[in-house]
Amino acid sequence: MSVKPTNRKPGDPTTTGHSWDGIEEFNNPMPRWWLWTFYACIVFALGYSIAYPAWPMINRATPGLLGASTRADVAAEIQRFNDANAPIRARLEAADLTAIAADPELNQYATNAGAAVFRTNCSQCHGSGAAGVQGQGYPNLLDDDWIWGGDIDSIHTTVTHGIRNTTDAESRYSEMPRFGADQLLEPAQIAQVVQHVLAISGQEHDAALAAEGAVVFAENCVACHGEEGKGDRSVGAPNLTDAIWLYGGDQETLTDTVTNARFGVMPNWNQRLTEADIRSVAVYVHGLGGGE
Amino acid sequence: MWDYLKLVVLGLIALGAAIVANKAHDLAFMINAVEVMLAAGFVFLWTLRKMDEPRQPVLQTEYMDGVIRYGVVATAAWGVVGFLVGTIIAFQLAFPALNFDWAEGYLNFGRLRPLHTSAVIFAFGGNALICTSFYVVQRTSAARLFGGNLAWFVFWGYNLFIVLAATSYLLGGSQSKEYAEPEWHIDLWLTIVWVAYLVVFLGTIIKRKEPHIYVANWFYLSFIVTVAMLHIFNNLAIPVSFLGSKSVQVFSGVQDAMVQWWYGHNAVGFFLTAGFLGMMYYFVPKQAERPVFSYKLSIVHFWALIFLYIWAGPHHLHYTALPEWAATLGMVFSIMLWMPSWGGMINGLMTLSGAWDKLRTDPVIRMMVVSIGFYGMSTFEGPMMSIKAVNSLSHYTDWTIGHVHSGALGWNGMITFGALYFLTPKLWNRERLYSLTLVSWHFWLATIGIVLYASAMWVTGIMEGLMWREVDANGFLVNAFADTVAAKFPMYVVRGLGGVMYLAGALIMCFNLWKTVKSAPARVSSSTAVPAE
Repeated sequence: MSVKPTNRKPGDPTTTGHSWDGIEEFNNPMPRWWLWTFYACIVFALGYSIAYPAWPMINRATPGLLGASTRADVAAEIQRFNDANAPIRARLEAADLTAIAADPELNQYATNAGAAVFRTNCSQCHGSGAAGVQGQGYPNLLDDDWIWGGDIDSIHTTVTHGIRNTTDAESRYSEMPRFGADQLLEPAQIAQVVQHVLAISGQEHDAALAAEGAVVFAENCVACHGEEGKGDRSVGAPNLTDAIWLYGGDQETLTDTVTNARFGVMPNWNQRLTEADIRSVAVYVHGLGGGE
Repeated sequence: MWDYLKLVVLGLIALGAAIVANKAHDLAFMINAVEVMLAAGFVFLWTLRKMDEPRQPVLQTEYMDGVIRYGVVATAAWGVVGFLVGTIIAFQLAFPALNFDWAEGYLNFGRLRPLHTSAVIFAFGGNALICTSFYVVQRTSAARLFGGNLAWFVFWGYNLFIVLAATSYLLGGSQSKEYAEPEWHIDLWLTIVWVAYLVVFLGTIIKRKEPHIYVANWFYLSFIVTVAMLHIFNNLAIPVSFLGSKSVQVFSGVQDAMVQWWYGHNAVGFFLTAGFLGMMYYFVPKQAERPVFSYKLSIVHFWALIFLYIWAGPHHLHYTALPEWAATLGMVFSIMLWMPSWGGMINGLMTLSGAWDKLRTDPVIRMMVVSIGFYGMSTFEGPMMSIKAVNSLSHYTDWTIGHVHSGALGWNGMITFGALYFLTPKLWNRERLYSLTLVSWHFWLATIGIVLYASAMWVTGIMEGLMWREVDANGFLVNAFADTVAAKFPMYVVRGLGGVMYLAGALIMCFNLWKTVKSAPARVSSSTAVPAE
């Protein structure tokens, strides 16, 4: 079967004379604007590759006439900010932590710098608004409930050394026993002490069980959480009487906590951040509202 | 005799696969082995049942269209799968809760994303390229496909590759190279299939009855040859065990990154550009019924395109560990690539001069024109984004995703739809499509879907690029990464809606093609291979 050639119209240019399955090709020249733009791109490419590092030689590439380097550009930009900030950073590192709040300029700088440090390094766990993740063990930094202390020096120590990590010998450390998993308490006793904790935190509870739980609490928990369950910051024992919970305060979660304990970890930042950065982020967190 | 030999080989493959499945080190490899066993077993039974039937003599003067019909069905079906998975992961990004706990490790974003990219590029695009190239090379060479049933092996072998890769991804088998995720055993299989593909295609060109090779076939051939080279070099790896999916790359560090993006960029260049230009060079003049605008332009832009494309990969690695000289070369080669890419657009659009009236009446032509338009847009956007200063803003942002999709949905998708609408009536001997109104619906749904998708990604991309680099007077970052993620939410929903529209259009197309085969009036036709001259 012969194939009908593609339609031709009066005034059409000539074709190359071939036809494939009816498709023909015109003898049109390449559009001038296309050709000249193509040439211009080639000229630009040649010029650019002479001006910038481009052609690989035996040992190294041509450095380019402009001596440009994106790595050097970034380094220069960082250096420019570092130089501009150097005097105030020196003041920040020398200042007494508690005195920073009284120095408006220093306080302003530290808060801005700390906010940036926080966004980059802390927000992954504590949230970009520093509200933590409720019930997941990431503490809210906006409230005035502090596990290890909320004054500027305590916050600074926590950021510097972290909590329960194995990478800093001075890390804050405490460990709640696994009362159920290690069979330190009978399941019945755990049920009783949980009712007691529900009672002292002002929640609905079984009064009879809670009374027995008070005995269990006195024998097992007061060493860290205190007789009234108000916690002890020196060992990072949380206050059990407020309505603020790191992992949750309902009966089920409390039973899980007493049975298996918790072991939240925070990295020590002294290996990754400069002293000025740590001081800045301490000032920032202290200033969020809960600082003491 | 030949049949008995075939049975023995197939039996041994099935048996070997069963043993491997039993001893496999990981689930992905085990399931892959089971799939190979089932495939070999099925072909074994098929061969056995066909043995006693008298052989139908094959008319060497007729075109081999059966395999192309299967290819058309596979293209449409894989397209729907790929678009569906894409739409799902778009909503997973907007609503992370859609990463269901019960599906964790199988259907979460990380597992579905390579499934989506492979389904649209390799399953949808690959099947489209294979079946259209088989169609085009026969017609423009006036010769039946070379190699007899080898074309069937290419089709089934390629689709087995897709099934192996897809199940492997979902079960965790991946070498973590973008667009080259399949592990070593699947790569080896694809290599065999690809060589067979080259043999069929090149063999047909060699035995052609036309004096010259048509331009579409240059593009198809460059696509087949270059993809073979890219595939082999980027997948050089040593298996940890012959009974497990895991393998170790031969290259490491920045060399690995450079090989990966040399591959990745040229997968775009030769798979999604050169191959689809081959498609364009046949179906656009056919549908427009006009001669190609300029033979000279097609020669110059073909050679310029394939020479320049191969060097542009480093622009994916600006501002990384890659030495700066390599980044510069990647950038300048990308800029020089602008006009060679546009040569295809000019030749496509100008072929319509004298037939512009068809835009009003023929929605298939409209589809092809929009496709060429998106091709022109993304081949301008690409060189622009390769400029270091632009890239410092666009890199790692959703702008890149928008760029890729304006090319993939607009150019690759639309030209494939056009080709399917052209092919279906021809291959099933129908006078016309079932409904041109439905083609119009498909056209508008797809076009508006792309516009929603691309503009949403331009907005998020530029926004997050600006947010990431924003610093205050003291040089401190203003935004947390999470802030940029939160800010993108509305546009992520718009992007998902764009995907829904595009998917809806494809479903309409499937219905239309199905009805064309089933109920459009028949056409008296012949598919005899006779040279046109």
